[in-house]
Formats: sequence, C-alpha cells, structure tokens
Amino acid sequence: MNLDLTDDQIALRDGIRSLLAGRFGADRIRAGFDRALFAELAEAGVFSLIADGFTWSDAVIVFEQLGEACVPGPLVGSFLVGDGRITGVVERAAGESHVTVEHLDMLDALVVIDGPGMATLDATTISGPTSDWPLDPLTPVTRVALPAGLEASGADAAEWMRRGAVLTAAFALGMAQRLTESSVAYAKERNQFDRPIGSFQAIKHVLADMAVRVEIGRAAVYAAGAYLDAPELESGEPGGLARAVSVAKVMAGEAAVRNGKDAVQVHGGMGFTWEVDVHLYLKRAWVLETHFGGVDAHCDALVALI
Amino acid sequence: MRRPARVVGSLAAAMDLRPSDADEAFRSRLREWLAVELPKLAPMPHREAWPERRRFDTDWQKRLFDGGYAGLHWPKEYGGQGASPTEQLVFFEETTRARAPYVGVNFVGTLHAGPTLIEEGSDDQKRAHLPQILRGDEVWCQGFSEPNAGSDLASLRTRAERDGDDYVLNGQKIWCSFGHIADVGEFLVRTDPDAPKHRGISWLILPMNLPGIEIRPIKTVLGSREFCEVFLTDVRVPVANRVGAENDGWRVTNVTLKYERGTAFVSELIDSLRLCADVAPLVRDVAHRRELGRCYADFDALWSLTKRNVSQAERGTPGPGAMMIKLAYTEARQRFGELCLRVLDRDALHIDGNELVEERLRTLALTIAAGASQIQRNIISERVLGLPREPR
Ligand SMILES: Cc1cc2nc3c(=O)[nH]c(=O)nc-3n(C[C@H](O)[C@H](O)[C@H](O)COP(=O)(O)OP(=O)(O)OC[C@H]3O[C@@H](n4cnc5c(N)ncnc54)[C@H](O)[C@@H]3O)c2cc1C
Repeated sequence: MNLDLTDDQIALRDGIRSLLAGRFGADRIRAGFDRALFAELAEAGVFSLIADGFTWSDAVIVFEQLGEACVPGPLVGSFLVGDGRITGVVERAAGESHVTVEHLDMLDALVVIDGPGMATLDATTISGPTSDWPLDPLTPVTRVALPAGLEASGADAAEWMRRGAVLTAAFALGMAQRLTESSVAYAKERNQFDRPIGSFQAIKHVLADMAVRVEIGRAAVYAAGAYLDAPELESGEPGGLARAVSVAKVMAGEAAVRNGKDAVQVHGGMGFTWEVDVHLYLKRAWVLETHFGGVDAHCDALVALI
Repeated sequence: MRRPARVVGSLAAAMDLRPSDADEAFRSRLREWLAVELPKLAPMPHREAWPERRRFDTDWQKRLFDGGYAGLHWPKEYGGQGASPTEQLVFFEETTRARAPYVGVNFVGTLHAGPTLIEEGSDDQKRAHLPQILRGDEVWCQGFSEPNAGSDLASLRTRAERDGDDYVLNGQKIWCSFGHIADVGEFLVRTDPDAPKHRGISWLILPMNLPGIEIRPIKTVLGSREFCEVFLTDVRVPVANRVGAENDGWRVTNVTLKYERGTAFVSELIDSLRLCADVAPLVRDVAHRRELGRCYADFDALWSLTKRNVSQAERGTPGPGAMMIKLAYTEARQRFGELCLRVLDRDALHIDGNELVEERLRTLALTIAAGASQIQRNIISERVLGLPREPR
C-alpha cells in the first residue's frame, strides 16, 4: 500500500507543471480553448497517457496540474475517448430533449451519456444558440436539441462516469490548491491596520480550512486513482471503487467551490475584479460541479453503498 | 510526455492501494484470533464502575499482548512486535470491524506516553515501563493542563525544585483523564521559573501513589467522573524520572502532542465509518440521507489521508496531513453527531442504551481536548502556510 507519489510520479508532476508554467501562463489561459491549445497538450502526451503505459493514478496527477493552471477546454472527454478527437461530454437528464453543450464550436465529437447507455455524435452536425454571457468566460455554452431517436447503448457509460468523475475531481483539486496558494500569498503581502491581513485569526483560520480541504481532497482523489488501477480491490470492501469515486468527487468538488468562495473573501475588493484570476477558478469549479455528478448526487450514491 | 522507464501497465512505480501478501496474511491471522478471543470477554462493566472498567480494559490489553498483537509498531526489545505501519492500519480495521474493545483507560499509555518514551526515554525508562504498558500492568494518565494553563500550556506553573536526587513538586493539575485509576502519569513541571516560559519546563514520569498526591474527580457533561483535579503537595520524585534534559521538556512535549494529535484518533475514525452504517437504516428523511453521505465522505477521505500520512512517514517525507487529522476528524465527527440527533428525533431524549446520543455528548470534548480547534488552525496556518505567528 502506498498513497504517496513515487519518484516517477514526482518527476511526472514536475514535468507537466513546468510545461504548463512555460507554455500556458495566465494570458494563454485567458485566451480560451482552441485547436492550437489542444494540439500543444496532445503533443505533450496529455491525452494519450493510458496508451503510453501510464496508470490512472498518473493521469490523476496530470489532471491535478491542469486544474492548478485552470486550463480550459473539453479535456476530460478528449482524454477518455483517447483517439485524437476533441470530444465533449454531456449528461442527458431523463426525457430531456435539449442539453447545454460546452465548447461546441471546437468539438469533433460529442458523447451523450443517457441513463445507463451512451451515444457518440458527430459534433459538426449539431448546432444551436451560443450564449454571449456564459457563467465561466472560458467555457462557452450552446443549447442544442438532441437528434430524435438517439440510440444510447453499451455498458461503457458507467465506466465513463467513474473515470470522468475522478479526472474532474483531480482537476478540481488542483484548482483548490492554487486558490489556497494565491490567497496565502495575498494575505502575506496585503497590509491593513499596519500589519499583514494574514496575521488576523479570522483570515488565518479561513486559510487553514482551505489547506485542510486540499489535503483531504488530495488523499481522496489519489485513492480513487489507485482504485481505477486496481478495480479488483472492490471485492475486499463493499463498493470499493464506486465509493472511492464518489468520495473523491464530493471532497474535491466541494474543496474547489468553497476555496473559491473563501479566496474571493480573503482578496477583498480585488477578489471581485475581473483582473484577479480567482473568479475564473470559482466559476470553473461551479461548471465542474455539473460534470459526472455533483456533491449531492454523489452523497446520495454513497448512502446507497453503505 | 516521456514514456516512463517502467513496464507498461505495471503499478510498481505508481501509487497503489493493493495490500501486500504479508498484510493480507496478517489480516486473516488476526481475524481468526479475534473470532476466538472476543467471545471470551466478560460483559462491559457499568460506566461508573471504575475498578471494573480498568480491569476490563487491561484484561483486553493482556489478551492482545499474549496473542502477539500489543504494541504492533513498538520495538521488539521492549515487548512490541516491530510490525510495519500498514499492519497497524490493518489491526485498526479488523478490531473495529469485529467490534473489539477500544484501548479505554490506557489511552495515554498506549497511544502517546509509550511512543514518547520510545523516542525520548532512557533505556532504563523504556525497560521499566514499555513492557508493562503492553501487558496491561500499568495504566497512565496525563498531567499537562493546569487551571491557568490550557491552550497556553507552556505557561504552566507546577513547580519542581531540586533537592538532592529528587524533585519536590508543588502545584495543581486539572482535566487529568483516568487520573483516579492510573498508576503513572506524564507530568509537565516548571524546573526553571526564571527562564522564558518554553525553556523552563521538564517532562516527568510520576508514580501516582506517591505521598502528597491528592486526586479529586470532576463530573463531566455525561455525568461520569473520568477526569480529575490533581493536587501536588511536596511530592518527592526521583530526578531519574525525568525524560529528556532538564528544561528541555517543551521539546519532549511536542513529541507527545505529535502522537496525541496525529495517530491517536485512527481507530475512532474507522469506528465512525461503522457508525454511519449503523445509522443508515434509521434514516427516513431525504435531506438526512444526503447529509449522511456527506459525513461518510469526510470519514472515508480522512481514512485515505491516514493511509497517505503513513505512506509519507514510511518514505521519511512527512506531509502536512498529520497536522490536520485532528482538526478535520473532530469537526467531522461533531457534524455527524448533530445528524444523529436529527435522525433520532425524540428517540434522542434518553441516553441509556443509546450509543449515538452518548457519542454526541462524548464528542463535544473532541474539539477542545488535546488542543482546541482554534489552536489547531493557528498551528496549521503558521507551520504549514507560513503565516505570521500568534503571541506565544
Ligand atoms: C474530555 C477532556 C479530557 C482531557 N484530558 C486531559 C488530560 O488527560 N490531561 C491534560 O493535561 N489535559 C486534559 N484535557 C485538557 C485539554 O487539553 C484542555 O481543555 C485544552 O488544552 C484547552 O484548554 P482550556 O480548557 O484551558 O481552554 P482555554 O485555553 O481556556 O480555551 C477556551 C477557548 O479559547 C480558545 N482560545 C484559547 N487561546 C486561543 C488563541 N490563542 N487563539 C484562538 N482561540 C484561543 C480555545 O480554542 C477555546 O475555544 C482534557 C480536556 C477534555 C475536554
């Protein structure tokens, strides 16, 4: 049993971190997702990790770093499809005729998860009105009508949901981590009443709680990654893999949203500006809550397992 | 990305939750042993029958010792098993699953005084106490807090004056859990009143039957009497009972607190997962169900954090998680306790035979004892995040 990064994994983390810092700085991120960004990530091997012999626990580390940098785009779908197509994912609620699709203009394919089945559509055949004021400025959204008689099939949907939830949780974890770091840095440099605001307990304790959420979330996410690599562990404990997935999504998803809110508070008026990155993280955290089940759905799923 | 220099598909170079064969062998041996031993236990004595409770808990400790399951990670030369930290985790999992007794009255001896002696004690001190703790022959208590030294523990005033080969102790301790049935205590005393407060403290092994020690139990919110005031009047204790150097007791104290806050909660944490499963069938309201799932996620994630802490300690690169377990677990446990009361509704109005209600009361102490939550947040923000320090 080992839930600490191995030397290989530390090298992997540091490698992707320096790649992102060098090529995907704040300006690049703010320019949004496009084919060039996708090509750069693909060339770096981000979407072909599994085919290249990496494990799911490695993939989790890479997505954690993507989250720290707040890289925009349909990253999880493209990773899961793994064939070079830019792929979005959307879950269809029972009986719904319309869905809200992210990054539609850039997509090659759209996976629709529909109950226990899924269908893959050619995204270029779909269209609809694109919002000119999306919640997350880096996540454009389009309302589209699904083709009538959409055939959802295959047993893959459950696996996509599990893997997608874990990678999304890893991304959220990275965001929660970066939000903690930037808030701590701000609390050390911003002075009021002739001292750093980070010397006030009301601020220190908020920051401590942010850091705790990250550490717990990280343990849950790494555990879920390890479960994806060894699903046979499921036999030992009731609901092993499913439980680990839901716990990771709950803890990391909540950490990202709550740290986003706390980061706004610690930054004061600056936290409400477009210029400071905090809002981009918080908005993305809200977006991710709608992917592969949010906190509520996974809490419900957990109770069914215990 | 560079392809890793390892066998494709191999987990050897990645994080891995699969137990080793040795761990699994240990698990099945322990399971069999528990199946044989647990039915032999006498019924749990009444909460306030202290001599009987002591006997019950130390009897279980003795059985663990005879079975080769006491002091799993303690060194063999002092009666321990020299087992791996992961075997220790398996032990917690299996004993909790089987509903074996908790360490009980010797919490201090087994979970933090013993480990402190292993790190800081002399060979004589280890030999004199460690095997006794493991065999259930010696129950310990903790005499750290004083009426005016709680969170600000280093301001403690109990005096120890040197007289030949003895210290002479005068002062008062408070909140000393199980003090009325303990044989020995870990006591903090002031050996240099003129030094800055952190530099005049020493850590002593105090036999609780020495003349001049008076113990008065205090009634808790549970109505039970399990912590005590301890009055010390001209108590003579040999200088040889000091652990660590004179006036270096604050450093030794931090070793004790590391165990008390870091590892001492592990079995409670697993037990919380078990309690979630006990509550689940009682839940009817959908909001309660969801909240139960949320509580379960906390405990399960903290269990993963425990594994991560153990992995990091084994690698010799401890992370910040060990400093966070106490705060996070105790807050989560209280959140769960509130849920239990809402689930039980008017069935929560009596405590007798109602473990969940009793637990709600007991766990009120968790966010105060062993360093209140506010103090834990101060520590995390200063030591982990490097924020400006509080007055000390
Ligand atoms: C069930 C139980 C068992 C115990 N067993 C033992 C034992 O066996 N041996 C032993 O020595 N002690 C024991 N204790 C004592 C325990 O360690 C102390 O209660 C604890 O350290 C807090 O000290 P205090 O009670 O004096 O509270 P105080 O220090 O007076 O604190 C009161 C409140 O003020 C807050 N506060 C204090 N200082 C600060 C600060 N700097 N910043 C922000 N907030 C602050 C605290 O967080 C708390 O909320 C036990 C306590 C309990 C409840």
